[in-house]
Amino acid sequence: MRIRGLELAVGFFMLAGALALLVLALKVSGLTLSEGSRSYKVYALFENIGGLTSRSKVTMSGVKIGHVTAIVLDEDQLMARVEMAIDSNVNYLSLDSSASILTSGLLGEKYIGITTGADEEMLQDGDFIEDTQSALVLEELIGKFLFNEATE
Amino acid sequence: MFTKIQALGAAGLDKLEAFGRSGIILSQAVFAIPGRQAWPLFIQQLYSVGVLSLIIIIVSGLFIGMVLSLQGYTILVDYGSEQAVGQMVALSLVRELSPVVTALLFAGRAGSALTAEIGLMKATEQLSSLEMIGVDPLRRIIAPRFWAGMLSLPLLSMIFSVVGIWGGMLVGVDWLGIYEGSFWSNMQNSVDFSEDVVNGLIKALVFGVAVTWIAVYQGYDSVPTSEGISQATTRTVVYASLAVLGLDFILTALMFGDL
Amino acid sequence: MSYLDDSIIDIRQLSFARGDRAIFDAVDIRIPRGKITAVMGPSGTGKTTLLRLIGGQLKPDQGQIVLDNDNIPALSRKELFKVREKMGMLFQSGALFTDMSVFENVAFPIRVHTDLSEQMIRDVVLMKLHAVGLRGAADMMPSELSGGMARRVALARAIALDPDLVMYDEPFTGQDPIAMGVLVNLIARLNKALGHTSIIVSHDINETLAIADYIYLIADAKVLAHGTAEELRGNGSEQVRQFLDGLPDGPVPFHFPADDYLDQLMQG
Ligand SMILES: Nc1ncnc2c1ncn2[C@@H]1O[C@H](COP(=O)(O)OP(=O)(O)OP(=O)(O)O)[C@@H](O)[C@H]1O
Ligand SMILES: [Mg+2]
Repeated sequence: MRIRGLELAVGFFMLAGALALLVLALKVSGLTLSEGSRSYKVYALFENIGGLTSRSKVTMSGVKIGHVTAIVLDEDQLMARVEMAIDSNVNYLSLDSSASILTSGLLGEKYIGITTGADEEMLQDGDFIEDTQSALVLEELIGKFLFNEATE
Repeated sequence: MFTKIQALGAAGLDKLEAFGRSGIILSQAVFAIPGRQAWPLFIQQLYSVGVLSLIIIIVSGLFIGMVLSLQGYTILVDYGSEQAVGQMVALSLVRELSPVVTALLFAGRAGSALTAEIGLMKATEQLSSLEMIGVDPLRRIIAPRFWAGMLSLPLLSMIFSVVGIWGGMLVGVDWLGIYEGSFWSNMQNSVDFSEDVVNGLIKALVFGVAVTWIAVYQGYDSVPTSEGISQATTRTVVYASLAVLGLDFILTALMFGDL
Repeated sequence: MSYLDDSIIDIRQLSFARGDRAIFDAVDIRIPRGKITAVMGPSGTGKTTLLRLIGGQLKPDQGQIVLDNDNIPALSRKELFKVREKMGMLFQSGALFTDMSVFENVAFPIRVHTDLSEQMIRDVVLMKLHAVGLRGAADMMPSELSGGMARRVALARAIALDPDLVMYDEPFTGQDPIAMGVLVNLIARLNKALGHTSIIVSHDINETLAIADYIYLIADAKVLAHGTAEELRGNGSEQVRQFLDGLPDGPVPFHFPADDYLDQLMQG
């Protein structure tokens, strides 16, 4: 009898653990079971990525459509090559889409915003986004401003 | 002067030898083929190591989540980004606080009990008695305790996270009035399952191995007197806590260091 | 020396030291098969140590302990556990498993080493408990037993599997005269009925001499004398006389080795 109660308690403990994992997966990290994690890779070269990091989000009109998976320095172009994973159901980004590094709020995190163009062809896995706009760097802005002042 | 250096060397060798011995004990316990009675013994240990630690884990998780939420709010509200409270609470819990605090509490609650129990079994010749009956105490006493401890800690850590996040929500949403939608969506945007949740779990698993290992070894190796057992129990809590904090730094550097 | 012709245990040139102090210094001991052998000697001479050496829980510094062709110190961990199934040991402290009832304690060796049905285990356990007069205590927990009762339960556990070799470390300590008489008889009877070999460590000279077929007297890391009760009684040695008669003064020191008493007092 004592053993039964004990086994029951242990069973509940295991169940609570499994349930906790489920909550962490679905509710906390927003993992969705149906969609899976299927995505395709798109690349973009930036002059300056500012504070962009891997796992930063990629959005379109403010809606999250993917995330940054890797950032490396491209040795040929001497620019930052950003690898993004775009959700595979977002398959309507035209080949001439543009990507810019934006900031949420004044001090907020950096993320990539994508705007589509007019091309008939769509971005495929492994394609490069040609039209990019780098992060705004505060120091450069100030520098430009001062330079403009001086030349006037 | 030389005698001091010599003493230092001797102490170092002693520690190294103890470490080696504990490694042997660990491997013998881990790779022991479970006997017929292994399952009920394991369940029994899951109960005394895991289930009995639940209360302290739930209560601590709740309070830590609430405090995090409160502290985060007072800081973030100055920047007008109090919606990020959910993200902050969840990230700090899942990545760091749950595994570490759970492991520390576990060392104090279950680790010390394991050491004292095994030490007392040694002192009352129960371990010798087992040996003479032809039963390997490493298999019968150490192995089920080790496996139970290793499995319990990740489970407890996940429960800690969930309760903590719930506590954070209670304070943030119900009390301080953060909009619930942004509380959760911010959290879901920033917490990544494979990066954060899984890494937190790996940490908890590693801590589980370390804490339980230290606890059973200290018990098994204790001097079988009341004094010896009390010292062994203290050592378990101290060594296990230090090991957890040290390992946490190493693991964090490995997991999140490139960010 | 007819008893020693067929010996179950043959200890040769055994040496064992605790730190700097030699507990055994090249001793030879042979335990006759199927008999009751008593090991006696002053407290702290290493009688318990001897039993632990035979059980393989301690490794000697030198010498052989041969049990039925197995040299115990040379056995691997696994072989050792196999050999121990043939042994039963009653520990000086009883050493009952505190998380099990009296019944489960006695049933433990049977469950571990046999596939008997629950019904048969029950019968065997109750029989053993009955033999030590504690059938009524089957459902009690060890913490509820008196010291003497605990020792009798431990005795029942030691003989649960009817081992070839049973080692009793001070089985009579803490027993009232009636229980003592019963235990003495029990040990003698078990020995005759089951034909196993018994080693008894005890300080109760009269009881022990009454049932022991052969006796070893050890002191000062040596075997002082050995033989049957008659042979020892007839032994002219002063040391043997002193021990058997329980005299405080004589060649066998009552005191643990120490500095001179007067010197130590004067130092303070
Ligand atoms: N774990 C230990 N560490 C160091 N010395 C020990 C240890 N155990 C026993 N000894 C020493 O070994 C000697 C023999 O001990 P043992 O327990 O075999 O004595 P004994 O003959 O059984 O005595 P008693 O009749 O009092 O039970 C003792 O003098 C003791 O000082
Ligand atoms: Mg003794």
